[in-house]
Amino acid sequence: MLNITLGQYYPGNSFIHQLDPRTKILATLLLIVAVFLADAAVGYGILCAMVVLIVSVSGIPFMMVLKSVKPLLLIIVMTLMLHVFLGQGEHVLYQWKIFKVTEEGLQMGVKMSMRLILLLMISSILTFTTSPIVLTDGIESLLRPFRVIGVPAHELAMMMTIALRFIPTLMEETDRIIKAQTARGADFSGGNLLSRAKNMLPILVPLFISAFRRADDLAVAMEARCYRGGEGRTRMHELAYRSGDFVAFAFTFAMIGLLAFLRWGPSLF
Amino acid sequence: MSIKLEHVSYTYMPGTPYEKKALKDVSLEIKKGEFVAVIGHTGSGKSTLVQNLNGLLHPTEGIASLDGINLADKTRDAKMARSRIGMVFQYPEHQLFAETVYEDVAFGPRNQGLDYDAVDARVHEAMKFVGLDFETFAGRSPFSLSGGQMRRVAIAGVVALDPDYLILDEPSAGLDPGSRNAVFAEVMALYKKRGIGIVMVTHSMEDAAQFAKRMLVVYQGRILIDGKPGEVFLKEKRRLLEAGMDIPEVYKLADALRAKGMRLPNDITDAKLLLAEVKKRKGLK
Repeated sequence: MLNITLGQYYPGNSFIHQLDPRTKILATLLLIVAVFLADAAVGYGILCAMVVLIVSVSGIPFMMVLKSVKPLLLIIVMTLMLHVFLGQGEHVLYQWKIFKVTEEGLQMGVKMSMRLILLLMISSILTFTTSPIVLTDGIESLLRPFRVIGVPAHELAMMMTIALRFIPTLMEETDRIIKAQTARGADFSGGNLLSRAKNMLPILVPLFISAFRRADDLAVAMEARCYRGGEGRTRMHELAYRSGDFVAFAFTFAMIGLLAFLRWGPSLF
Repeated sequence: MSIKLEHVSYTYMPGTPYEKKALKDVSLEIKKGEFVAVIGHTGSGKSTLVQNLNGLLHPTEGIASLDGINLADKTRDAKMARSRIGMVFQYPEHQLFAETVYEDVAFGPRNQGLDYDAVDARVHEAMKFVGLDFETFAGRSPFSLSGGQMRRVAIAGVVALDPDYLILDEPSAGLDPGSRNAVFAEVMALYKKRGIGIVMVTHSMEDAAQFAKRMLVVYQGRILIDGKPGEVFLKEKRRLLEAGMDIPEVYKLADALRAKGMRLPNDITDAKLLLAEVKKRKGLK
């Protein structure tokens, strides 16, 4: 149970790890735009090279980043299949009854799946190199300007922080309750859906009770320490851009510029 | 009849950056009828140790067995063996879930596949053991009880399994002195009446000295000391202190009196004995 890596943060001290979370969030968004700018094989080649470069700088095992594609593998394969078998085009490569494989369909399929894979890998680099708490700090800071139109930036961030903070605690609790009930001979596997749901009760009831108790305790503790929202609240770790962040931004914009040029550049001349 | 650990090591989350070796090459035998106290610092590995003893965790290396049956096996025999070792977790009242006390205590015996009458008998017996009156409590919701009563219901839930060995992880944590003494008295009664093996994890040297016949001191994932409490507190004082543990107040007081020049015998293990000796020396009655 405790083996589930939460948010998949991979501790490290690389250039990427040390970047400001805001830089990483914005750069991730920009690079996602860049993925959609890529049009031809050259563009995808450059993007792949970029992902390999960023991953090697971050010091995360490449296979680990590649594995983040796994949850969506089915969707990626489906995308590929749909495009390959149903794509319309002139150059028919292979035909069997109503199914035909065209060159255009094949190209489109590969392109779409490449996009999905790149998107997943780029966004997983963000979560691999940024701890959830720092990430929330970054999100809060980025959302702050939107407070004027009523976005409760601080409250959202506080809720996220608390939720994240309590996931490991509740997992530990779950682990303990499961062990305690197992020691009393509970069996959580087997049976039909109904009996399986019923078997979960000895875990869920104590878990909910403890979650409510913790929530109560936390609320009291926060009030006792005069918490009253984000107004006028200072923080222990102020976010600040450093020289590395400017390098990262420069790199990101260079990537976008390059891909935009590859897409529209030739037609300008 | 014994639980045996042979060269057991346990590692949490092996192969990740969070890898932690909690037990290192521990060999140990606990016989039926023993009362063993396990003491150690927070994070010393004592909880991991006891969970390996009853098959909730399976050793990363080495073998944990009960009467020769490997607790890590997936066979029916291994499952039966595991159910013969009861475990009372820290704050066991946090695992209560049923609508009535009766239902909660009956959960374990029912999982053992006993019929209605046998379950009923077990519940009656277990509740009697922990001092909960059946008529008063059986029909009540466990969540309407006081902390000490909830703890007893939880302990009854494990006692109802009729285990040959009972492992208790800090059974007195967070209880008032009255409930604390009651819980210990019940555990002692269980030990004496049924002759089962008891392993009790505790932070309190006093409890270890008072109840246990054998004491295991866990330090950095290894068994540092294994011996009778009286002997350990007398002979291994220095090693205990080095491991960040303390000795009971009685021993400290006796030591202080000796330092002041009072001639006391070496084997003073409880307050009554000390008082008698002091009275004898001073000619008091």
